[in-house]
This record gives sequence, structure tokens and C-alpha cells, in this order.
Amino acid sequence: MSAIKAKHQRLVLLVIALLALIGAGLLAAYALKNQAAYFYVPNDLVANPPEQGRAIRLGGMVEKGSIKKAADGVTVHFIVGDGKARIPVRFTGITPDLFVEGSGVVAEGRMEGQTFVADNLLAKHDEKYVPREMKDMTAAQAKQVVAETK
Amino acid sequence: MHGFANPARFLRLARWLMPLMLIPGLVLAMGALAWGLLMVPPDRLMGDTVRILFIHVPAAWLGMAGWSTIAISSVIELVWRHPLAGIAARAAAVPGAAFTAICLATGSIWARPTWGTWWVWDGRLTSFLVLLFLYLGYIALASPAQRDAASGGGASRVTAIFGLVGAVNIPIINRSVVWWNSLHQPPSITMGKSAIDTAFLYPLLIGALGFTLIFGGVVLARMRTLLAHIQAEARLRRKAMA
Repeated sequence: MSAIKAKHQRLVLLVIALLALIGAGLLAAYALKNQAAYFYVPNDLVANPPEQGRAIRLGGMVEKGSIKKAADGVTVHFIVGDGKARIPVRFTGITPDLFVEGSGVVAEGRMEGQTFVADNLLAKHDEKYVPREMKDMTAAQAKQVVAETK
Repeated sequence: MHGFANPARFLRLARWLMPLMLIPGLVLAMGALAWGLLMVPPDRLMGDTVRILFIHVPAAWLGMAGWSTIAISSVIELVWRHPLAGIAARAAAVPGAAFTAICLATGSIWARPTWGTWWVWDGRLTSFLVLLFLYLGYIALASPAQRDAASGGGASRVTAIFGLVGAVNIPIINRSVVWWNSLHQPPSITMGKSAIDTAFLYPLLIGALGFTLIFGGVVLARMRTLLAHIQAEARLRRKAMA
């Protein structure tokens, strides 16, 4: 009888300890919510404009049709948007392979006037994995191709 | 469950279960890697580098599964005092740490061509590096704690408590790409839905199954080794007394 009671006591104690632990973890994660973000989205920068020249990261989608190469051949201008706000970006250097229109990008740099001047570009891959041959197809078309090749 | 409190009974089961997991595991994992490396089409954006997926993702899952094993075994050890639970937790630590290291290394190699950097301190990468450090701390703590427990001390419980506290990191790793803006992609497979084309998904799932079987086989092998060690030490101690 006493053995069962001791086991019961340990279980209750452990459940309480676990709840406290999870609570502490959640509180810490919640407190980190804004500090642990790796980058700001354009809407954050519009809502809370950072100081000019302070080093920050800007992340979002490269707007379709917005990439323009300057005459010098190494400077690119493009617009990063998040569906709510859009910010023009200037970058001089070699862009990563995955830097394409309609895809995610993280730019490291600073605001100069209304333009974000980036010293470094990182491409962000989304969660989709699609073979090259199927990239322009809709899901239904792709399914048909797969069915035909079987 | 307490039927296996008798180590001899567990050892009899483990002896034939271990090759039953290791051999199909090796066949499935190697088959899936060959499929992923040689037969899968290139990705629309990443091209051939997508092939790292087939080792990176199973390694990530098993790195987290390893600590989940440690945490569940620690609960069983602390509440029910099951004699094999502590052994199981210790046995999962080294393979878990190995898969975590593989995940970090392959992720870094993959990041260079896709993102344009080897490493960034975003939520997912940082929390996963913390997982590796937790494993290393756990491994360092486990063997002296075991020695102390064998000579009558209570330190093996310290390892179990550490295993539980470290488990806080597991949901943080899982949610890190949802809670915080990160350079790492959000989850591709959520609640039965997959954003991964079947051409990549099938070899990935088969590979994950294979690596999981290997993981299970290695845990059983390590449990047998740890039990043998404990028996040998107990015998030496008895001899020294006599």
C-alpha cells in the first residue's frame, strides 16, 4: 500500500514540476518573441521606422518584376514586400542562386532615406520542394504527368 | 512493463530484436539514399543540392526523437523506478547526439549554396545547436552518475532530471520557425499535408523509416553493452569484497 502511495506522490510531484518547466519555457519563448526574430518584415519597418544607418535585417518576398540591374552590372535594385508594405532595396555584389523574383530574401544592411541599402543578401527557401519539370504546372497538371509516366 | 524489469529477460528479447531492426534499417536507409542521390529529379530552385534533404531531415527528426526517448525514459525512471529506464535513456544519448551533429553539418553544407551562408543565428539553427550541447552535457553527466548509483548513491536521478529539463528545448525547436522570423524554412510536412512533391517525399519517408530502425537497433545494442558493463562491475565489486 505504501509503495503505491509513494509512486503516486512521485507522479504528482513530477507532473507539477513538468507543468512549471513548460510554463517557464513558454514564458521565456514569449519574452523572446520580438528579440529572437532573425529579421524584420517591411511592415515592421513602416510601423516602427528604425534609426537611419542602424544595422538591421530586412526579410520578405522579392516582388515579381521588380529586379532591375543597374548599368554597372553588379548593382541590383528590387522591392521587398510582405503583402502589407513594400521597401525598395539596393545591393551591390553577387546574388545567391536562389535570389529570384517571387521568392524569399533576407537582406542585411541599413535604411538610407527611403531605400534599404544591403551589404549582404541571403536567399530564403520556402517549404515547397518541386522537380524542375513541374515548376510551371498546377497541382492537377503535375498529378497527370506523374500518372502518365507511371 | 515490469515484466522486463528482469534484465535477463530483456537481454533475450534484445538479442534477436537488434539484428531485426539493424539489417532492414541499413537496407532501407542505403536504398533511400541511393534513390535520393541517383534517381530523384533536381529541384526547381535548388537543383542538385536538394539531395542533401534525404540525410538532413531524417537526422533532424532522430536528433529530436533521441531526446524525446531520454525524456520519456527519465519520467519512467523517476516515477516508476523501472530498472531499465535509466539504461534506455543513456543508450539513446550517443546515437541522438550523432544524428544531431549530422543534421547540423549537412544543414551547414546545404545552407552555403542555397542561402548564401554557412551559418546564421536564427531561432531554428540556434535551438538545434543548443540540443547538441545538451546531449554532450548529458553524456558527460551520465557515466559518473551511473558509477555513483552503482556504489549506492542517488546521482542517477540527477541525469534523469537533466533529461527532463532539457526536453523543454524540443517544442522550442519544433515551433522556432513558426514563432520567430527565421532564415530556415517553415515545416514542409504538417498534419498530414506535405509541400514536398511525391518525387522527393517517398524516398524521404523510406529513408526516415530506415534511419529510425538503425537508431532503434543502436539503442538496443548500447543497452546490452551498458548492462554488461554494470554486471561486470558488480562482479568485480563482489570479488573485491570476498
